[in-house]
Amino acid sequence: MIAGSRRRRVTVAAVRYALLIGCALVLALPFAFMVSTSLKPHTLLLEYPPRLIPSDPTLDNYAQAWGANSFGRYFLNSSMVAVATTVGTVLLASMMAYGFARFRFPGRGVLFAAVVVGLTIPTMLLIIPQFLLAKNLGLLNSLPGLVPFYVGTQIAFSTFLLRAFFEQIPAELDEAMLIDGAGPWRRYWDLAVPLSKPALATCAIFTFLGSWDEFVWALTVINDVSQRTLPIGIALFRGQHGTSWGLVFAASVIAVVPVVIVYVVFQRQLVAGLTNGALKS
Amino acid sequence: MTTTTPAIGSIVPGAAGAGRSTSGSPRRRAAWAGLAFIVPGFALYALVIAYPAVQALLISLRDYKITPGAISPWIGLDNYVRALHDPVLLRSFVNAAVYMVATVPTQIVIGLGLAVLLNTALPGRTLFRVLFYLPVVTSWVVVSLLFQYLFATDNGIVNYLLVDVLGVLNQPVDWLGQRWTAMVAISALGIWKGVGWSMLIFLAALTGVPRELEEAAALDGAGAWRRFRHVSLPHIRGAMTTVVILLVIGGFNVFTSVLLMTDGGPLDQTQVPLTYMYRQAFGYLDFGYGSAISFLLTGLVLVISGLQYWWARRATRDGAA
Repeated sequence: MIAGSRRRRVTVAAVRYALLIGCALVLALPFAFMVSTSLKPHTLLLEYPPRLIPSDPTLDNYAQAWGANSFGRYFLNSSMVAVATTVGTVLLASMMAYGFARFRFPGRGVLFAAVVVGLTIPTMLLIIPQFLLAKNLGLLNSLPGLVPFYVGTQIAFSTFLLRAFFEQIPAELDEAMLIDGAGPWRRYWDLAVPLSKPALATCAIFTFLGSWDEFVWALTVINDVSQRTLPIGIALFRGQHGTSWGLVFAASVIAVVPVVIVYVVFQRQLVAGLTNGALKS
Repeated sequence: MTTTTPAIGSIVPGAAGAGRSTSGSPRRRAAWAGLAFIVPGFALYALVIAYPAVQALLISLRDYKITPGAISPWIGLDNYVRALHDPVLLRSFVNAAVYMVATVPTQIVIGLGLAVLLNTALPGRTLFRVLFYLPVVTSWVVVSLLFQYLFATDNGIVNYLLVDVLGVLNQPVDWLGQRWTAMVAISALGIWKGVGWSMLIFLAALTGVPRELEEAAALDGAGAWRRFRHVSLPHIRGAMTTVVILLVIGGFNVFTSVLLMTDGGPLDQTQVPLTYMYRQAFGYLDFGYGSAISFLLTGLVLVISGLQYWWARRATRDGAA
């Protein structure tokens, strides 16, 4: 009886692994072809039948992609925009969340509701009026001009997440600081912020990934080559180089690697933030 | 979509400390401090989100002219009337609905299946979870180009697999050159990119199912399927509702993949509402009509989500009764 159940357990585990590995292979295959194509010499890109393992792999495409058409510039542009957006969003959202969580004032409920509604507005609904707004503010075709729009788009999610976090900080801690004569700003900066590092990290990661990958808004407002971000650079690589896929995918791999690193390192925070956000709404 | 209302009655330390004082002034000071924390972020939010949201509606009621100095006359609902008679827009909604029907149930079944497989103490569990989620974090631009490459007509890898390896087809298919085959390719991308997300949500929900309940059911002789059907599934109903609603919303809002893989072509055959809106607005500079399309899409999605939510609530109530 016990031996039978053990054999059964082993069988179940084996089937489980087989299914998981099968799915993993199917999901990984497109990535494998992306990397493989990026390593093939230019002449071999149209090889038939296609081979997953390149016969003589080369890093030429990477060298060419990095050197070509200010690609390094795009990478730098994206980095600057993503960092500025992340800092701005986390700072403004945490302040807002703190105000909503720890103070009472007239209109608090209405203002918070207005922020929450923002979570449900599809970003594409706003793209036309936002474009006109950017035009009127002189923010078209400008790399720094992307930042306020990215922060505005991302701020609602972080505020929502952080408010719940700040509300859980015990009131006694605030009161202890109050007795010491600490003002609101010090209670925020010296108490709430250090206690909320995991939640702040989650917000920072989401914001960073969101602005690093943002495509449509940048495509719409940026014209100058020198102001382009990485996603536009990659999308336009396709046309410029007569669809030389080796180059396109070398550029893609360069763009994806930071995301994968951030994701793998911080996946625990990401998962927590994501499931909290989805399951609470 | 609904959201929890903020807990207005909650005890707020700043206010509580102020309340003990007999004068009104510390309380008022706390109120100003609260506002001071909110104003910078909220002002930005109001400027780039709330104000444009109102503008979007107003623009949709105009014959909007972008040329400086030109007058944009109010035309009431003309843009909406035009939309209702636009065969390309109708086709774009049909395409989005097809995409939705093709991708949502598939993502849920595969995502739930993967979550069930991973919902156990299994060596390598984290590795699988990270791997399955990788397509979700990869940018839409990169994966759209990748799938365009995989579904290429000549020397494309999908054609190679189907014609030469599996022998299912006699000759290569021009996947992105025709309406329905292009929808297959675009849907395949949607499923591949999305399953990791629903897996993750389901996995989190399954972790919340009490072990004792499962064990009790097992002791009662319930097989794996019956335990799943009668113990796990009722527990993750809330997560299921969330996933369905969010996936349907996402399905109707499909954009980047279509823009990059077909750009709505050939001859507008694969337009979806957002690519068509984008074409009208930033291709033809018809901002009024573009905004009307956005609002029609948003309205439709809202109605569908509302119906789903109402239906899920009713089902839960009936199940509990």
